[in-house]
Amino acid sequence: MLVKTIFAGFGGQGVLIMGYTLAHGAMSAGYHVTFLPAYGAEVRGGTANCTVAISDDEIASPIASAPDYIVVLNTPSLYTFQNRIAPGGSLFLNSSIIAVEPSRRDIRIFKIPSAEMAEKMGNPRMTNTVMMGAFLKNTGLVTPDIYLASMEEVMGSKKKSIIEINRKAFTAGFEYSEEST
Amino acid sequence: MKKVFGRPKSMKANIFHYCAGCGHSIAHRLIAEVIDELDIRGITIGVPPAGCAVLAYNYFDVDMIEAQHGRGPAMATGIKRVLPDRIVFSYQGDGDLAAIGIAESFHAANRGENITVIFINNAVYGMTGGQMAPTSILGQKTTTSPTGRQSVLEGHPIRVSEIFSLLPGTTYIERCTVNSPASILRTKKAIRKAFQCQIDGLGFSLIEILSPCPTNWKMTPVDSCRWIDEAMSKEFPLGILKDVPAEQKKGERRHAG
Amino acid sequence: MVIGEAAIRAGCRFYAGYPITPQNEIPEYMAEHLRQVEGGVFIQSESEVAAIHMVAGASAAGARSMTSSSSPGISLKQEGISSLAACQLPAVIVNMMRGGPGLGNISPSQGDYFQATRGGGHGDYRVIVLGPATAQEMADLTMDAFTLADQYRTPVMILADGMMGQMMEPVVFKEPQPRVYPEIYIMKGAGAGKSKFIRGLILDPLDMEEHNWTLDRKYQVIARKETRHELYGTDDAELILVAYGTGARIAKGAIKRLRNTGLKVGLFRPITLWPFPTNELRDLAKKVENFLVFELSTGQMLEDVRLALQGFARIGFHGRPGGVVPTPAELANVVTRQYDRKQGIIEHH
Repeated sequence: MLVKTIFAGFGGQGVLIMGYTLAHGAMSAGYHVTFLPAYGAEVRGGTANCTVAISDDEIASPIASAPDYIVVLNTPSLYTFQNRIAPGGSLFLNSSIIAVEPSRRDIRIFKIPSAEMAEKMGNPRMTNTVMMGAFLKNTGLVTPDIYLASMEEVMGSKKKSIIEINRKAFTAGFEYSEEST
Repeated sequence: MKKVFGRPKSMKANIFHYCAGCGHSIAHRLIAEVIDELDIRGITIGVPPAGCAVLAYNYFDVDMIEAQHGRGPAMATGIKRVLPDRIVFSYQGDGDLAAIGIAESFHAANRGENITVIFINNAVYGMTGGQMAPTSILGQKTTTSPTGRQSVLEGHPIRVSEIFSLLPGTTYIERCTVNSPASILRTKKAIRKAFQCQIDGLGFSLIEILSPCPTNWKMTPVDSCRWIDEAMSKEFPLGILKDVPAEQKKGERRHAG
Repeated sequence: MVIGEAAIRAGCRFYAGYPITPQNEIPEYMAEHLRQVEGGVFIQSESEVAAIHMVAGASAAGARSMTSSSSPGISLKQEGISSLAACQLPAVIVNMMRGGPGLGNISPSQGDYFQATRGGGHGDYRVIVLGPATAQEMADLTMDAFTLADQYRTPVMILADGMMGQMMEPVVFKEPQPRVYPEIYIMKGAGAGKSKFIRGLILDPLDMEEHNWTLDRKYQVIARKETRHELYGTDDAELILVAYGTGARIAKGAIKRLRNTGLKVGLFRPITLWPFPTNELRDLAKKVENFLVFELSTGQMLEDVRLALQGFARIGFHGRPGGVVPTPAELANVVTRQYDRKQGIIEHH
């Protein structure tokens, strides 16, 4: 098994931490992993993306020519990456702010209103965590338990309340899941 | 019979290659005498510069490691941080300290590295053949300022000691010269104070020595010594610019009184 | 981070450096962790130039010492690297290459190969250059770098790039070797004994020549004994890619794709870039006729491959300079465009 995923969005939307947490979780589940971030020279704003490869064998290239999954949190990232998805792969998009329709017809598309859901839960910064719930529900790359444990470890010293609210956001995303084709 | 003058233990029995009337050999000897008197030969590490004093390791009988041009204080920093109980000094000329190595020198001083810098200011590049130095005085003729240094073209001479004394990391800074028996004794005292500061762990010390270069000044040794009094020390006034140990003592006295 | 941790475990006790992207993780890691180690010194220097000379001083004073930077900063360090080589002082220098020349950009590149493998600074010398391709290898080679630096009393460079620097992979740290470094080379004051000096300035040309030959003899021993490389799928290969570091990762991905289509492609990956594994590469030319060099540059390692293979094999080339990191799919396409079973590889001129 070799699965590659690209997470992409605005800098500050938390796309790198999504990938990092997933990679960390998959590693603790015993997989070979690579995590490859790419971001602009700016510290905030701009675009950011990362590639996570998960495999039960040694990973040759950490770069994804044709990723199995793509998660996009903003419209520019949709344009940049939708043509890269392998046929039969899946696209997860943040439908709260991405109004355009993807052009691909040979992939599965999951539209998740993750920003709205996060906002409704009181914190728009949890858009990424909501999305991650939906992503793992449909891909099963790692179990929710493994991901949440990894999240706690990555967040480390953060306040208990922040971890708790992220758990809730993840669960909301995991329970939402509406595929649109 | 009592021996009243001899070669310091910290000097090798080699004959100086310096020109007649050059101040380097005097400065070398004074440093060696101070090292002897403080009994620190075995724990001293010297860093000679690029320039006329590049061969200083032929004369000092202490451990020495050469630095590239201007990098002495960086090298001395590396040595001192690894061996904080050793005495580390860097020996630098005016081009080395005030031009190509100004960053290394300034920042070592600003970090308050516990090292001693002996700064030989002879207002000219000696080894390369008499080019203008950052400390050449206005109007001074050199091979690269043939009509005399002009501030509009070449800027002003840099007063290193004054500038460095403003940095909180520095502890003892004095400008001296070696153009007379009295000034030589005064310089030795200054060097001793600087090394003592380092032994006491107080931080960066610097002794600037106005030093004659008859060959490149195109003067006799005697005229060179006179030129230091009449011209050079007008631009670079002699004296103590910073003396943290003395200030501390004064403060203690005031406090006690 | 991996490099910093590996260095500390290998006994590195002195680090000086100046911030530059993409390698700031290393000084940040050292600032936090090296200072927690007994005798560990971290200095954020005023410049790259100062950093390398601080390293030289610390090395002379007996500490395992390291600096790190990225391309433009490495250019500045060359004065000190030349000096380290001249004075025969061990040190480890990490270069996380970015796009160049000039300020270039901050994306992964392999444009500093010439600079690294040809000495880099002025004068007649070489630097041992190690090119890791995985996080595990970054850890292993960093530890080995300190050993090699001590063993040959010479600067050793880890030549990686921004992608290697930022990529995350699980790593297992190996047991560090105890340091073997004769006391006589350490400068710590003469004590009651004879004083010594360390220098690179040797004014007499005949003496300087002898010093040059002494260094050269050392480099020849290194060239004979220290080459490292990896072979991947070369046993049955009809075409062999030659790539290092990040380039080799992409090449492995391309090879998997090409093998799925039935094309038997292998990889020759130099791990030591200097000394370059010339003989090991030439051995492959006994059974394989076609080679394709792939680099994130306009073709620098290509010259070493030519020195090894010219006259023995056909040599093609694909390069992506400037910080562009192509996908394995692109490289696979290039291979099928440049290689034909009947005509062989299209040679690069």
